[in-house]
Amino acid sequence: MLLFLARRFAVMVVTALCLTFVVFYLTNLPAKLETLAKTQAGSRMTDAEVESWLARNGYGGSMLTRYGEWLGVLPGWVIEDPDGTIRGRCVERADSAEAAGSRCGLLQGYWGTSTRFRDSVSNVIAARLGATGWLMLWVLIVMVPMALAVGVLAGMREGTRTDRSLSTFAIATTATPEYVSGVLFIALLASSTVGLSPLLNSWGVIDSPVLFQGNARSALEGITIWNFALPVMTIALYGMGYVARITRASMTEVMTQQYIRTARLKGVGFSAIVLRHALRNALIAPFTVIMLQIPWLLNGVVVVEVLFSYPGFGWTLFEAAVNNDIELLLAASVVAVIVVLLTQLISDIGYVLLNPRIRIS
Amino acid sequence: MEPLGWLDITARIAQHLLPVWVALVITFALSLRFKRRLGLYGKLFDSTVGMIGFAIVMFWVFTAIFADLIVTHNPLVQVSQMRNAVPGSPLPDPQGGYEYFLLGGDALARDVFSRAVVGAREVLRIAPFAAMISFMIGITLGLPAGYFGGRLDTGLTFLANLVLAFPVILLFFLLVAPEIQATAIPRVMAGILFVVPVIFVTVLLNARFFTQPGKRNLYVGLVLLIGLWAYSGLAFSADPLGVWGMSPNLLNVFVAVVFVNAPTVFRIVRGITLDIKTRDYVAAAQTRGEGPWYIMLWEILPNARGPLIVDFCLRIGYTTILLGTLGFFGLGVTPESPDWGSTINSGRRLLTVYPHPALVPALSLMSLVLGLNLLADGLREESLRD
Repeated sequence: MLLFLARRFAVMVVTALCLTFVVFYLTNLPAKLETLAKTQAGSRMTDAEVESWLARNGYGGSMLTRYGEWLGVLPGWVIEDPDGTIRGRCVERADSAEAAGSRCGLLQGYWGTSTRFRDSVSNVIAARLGATGWLMLWVLIVMVPMALAVGVLAGMREGTRTDRSLSTFAIATTATPEYVSGVLFIALLASSTVGLSPLLNSWGVIDSPVLFQGNARSALEGITIWNFALPVMTIALYGMGYVARITRASMTEVMTQQYIRTARLKGVGFSAIVLRHALRNALIAPFTVIMLQIPWLLNGVVVVEVLFSYPGFGWTLFEAAVNNDIELLLAASVVAVIVVLLTQLISDIGYVLLNPRIRIS
Repeated sequence: MEPLGWLDITARIAQHLLPVWVALVITFALSLRFKRRLGLYGKLFDSTVGMIGFAIVMFWVFTAIFADLIVTHNPLVQVSQMRNAVPGSPLPDPQGGYEYFLLGGDALARDVFSRAVVGAREVLRIAPFAAMISFMIGITLGLPAGYFGGRLDTGLTFLANLVLAFPVILLFFLLVAPEIQATAIPRVMAGILFVVPVIFVTVLLNARFFTQPGKRNLYVGLVLLIGLWAYSGLAFSADPLGVWGMSPNLLNVFVAVVFVNAPTVFRIVRGITLDIKTRDYVAAAQTRGEGPWYIMLWEILPNARGPLIVDFCLRIGYTTILLGTLGFFGLGVTPESPDWGSTINSGRRLLTVYPHPALVPALSLMSLVLGLNLLADGLREESLRD
């Protein structure tokens, strides 16, 4: 087990290094740096001025060197201006001019500064991740029980009408990406001119012009069902279908097993069979799938946070990409990659722990 | 003139879709008549779910084909006074053209109905081909990885996992951007990705016909001629005759979508190969002295077709969703493009007041993907039956 963990961890580190380098390469392309120089120091620069600006601000070295600096394994760049002031990657963090040439990067906890939000990247990311954490928490609270219930109900009696309708429902949810269901929800429940809201308002059921809010920004101050239900439902619905289908497949397989037949022949009631004998074994596959769904949800998080203008991690990623905020985009990518790799690891370990038939070695 | 009522609008849209209905009826009549002779395709018509899915998919395919006959207005032309017009609004001055905006006008006073119809063509022009290329790449790499195993397998699996560990949306932000289009990256990636289908077909035919050199030379020569001609045009826009070509925008989108899809196909093909290579007929072929590529492409691949066809349908649907996502973030599309994703994006600003410009493409996209998923479900059921 330890060897397995060690090997998995080593692969994870290599993967993380490769992925961060790819991200670093793609965000630090000459064309992107040129855009950065022009937005930072004036848009009417000549090519030569851009060159010298980049060289003066530490973008002059080779891609690998700069990647090393950013990662924190190589000492940061230091440039002494003609007037004697020393500027460098680590000067602001260092106490003295001598320490300016020390290493400062990802590994030392220095993530750079965001040009879009005019703040240090670690502050921005920490705050946004908190906001997205709440969103994800509620998504999982809504999605997991709903998906498992649909899957188990459909799978326990294969081929019945319940199974057919629930399976079709699951297929329909996987066919509705977030930007479609979000638009449908807003039009149906959060519009003051069409959908349910004007109807309910005219009947006097609700006082406000809309039932739910199509903008989730107010959820930062306090989460209520009125400002958070739509984003949560939008993400949960798309993720739910797949988990439900896996649960159903796993459940139908378990229901044909010998021990279920034995239990039936013993005269155990149907509900007891499902709850005591089938459920535990049927939930192994969905567990790993739920863990693997989390990186998928990240996609949904970006779409939904942009659609409902909820300033979380996904919205930050979008803003960073649109505004060519290199350091912020890099940091957001690192976080995203780490989330993906961690959930993969947890799902592997969980699978091994839950399924006694699998032994590693 | 009075605006039309909902009944009127529905009737007029149905009337405009007449070519689609005719084509659908002909397809279904022929398929049902000859369904016993049509293999898996014919069996699809035994399953209600599969038939519904097929009908929805074909509806959109025929809509895309006959788009020029169906549209009521030019999807790019703005008509004054029709900004955000509600569905069924009459035009102030039709000038001999069609008198109504059947599904209203969008924020730039263009006809929503015509844009949705032309959008179907935009989506169906890319999605099936991107899925097909992803499949050829996945098969060409997945078969040897599963069959030979060893270092090759370890290396390719690591690469596939690397791509899969990338959040899709991040990859799109990084890969589909104007600055990237200025570099050689899309061209290089297209150069690598697009050569694989040519290799695939060449190896496929060579493995089959290498005992008959005459036939082999003819087939492989033809494939290489057409394949490399298309390749030069699509990947490097260096086609001497100018038949094949892709705008940098389209190429970038295409490459990104294929790049995201191929590793998943690779994993599926590799898994199936690992399972099938232990079968007796593979051992029999090995004993006969068949070469590895013959065994992979003509013994293993045909026996893996069931799950692959099902996944192909699902993948077209998923590609449609990905294209919509790209459009939704305004990546890799021209601002005027009528594709569904960017139409949803431009419609969402006034969503709470005028929902129709965003709702129409949203429902279109949803129905197409739903149709593909139902079709896949029907195919899975029918292919498991025998």
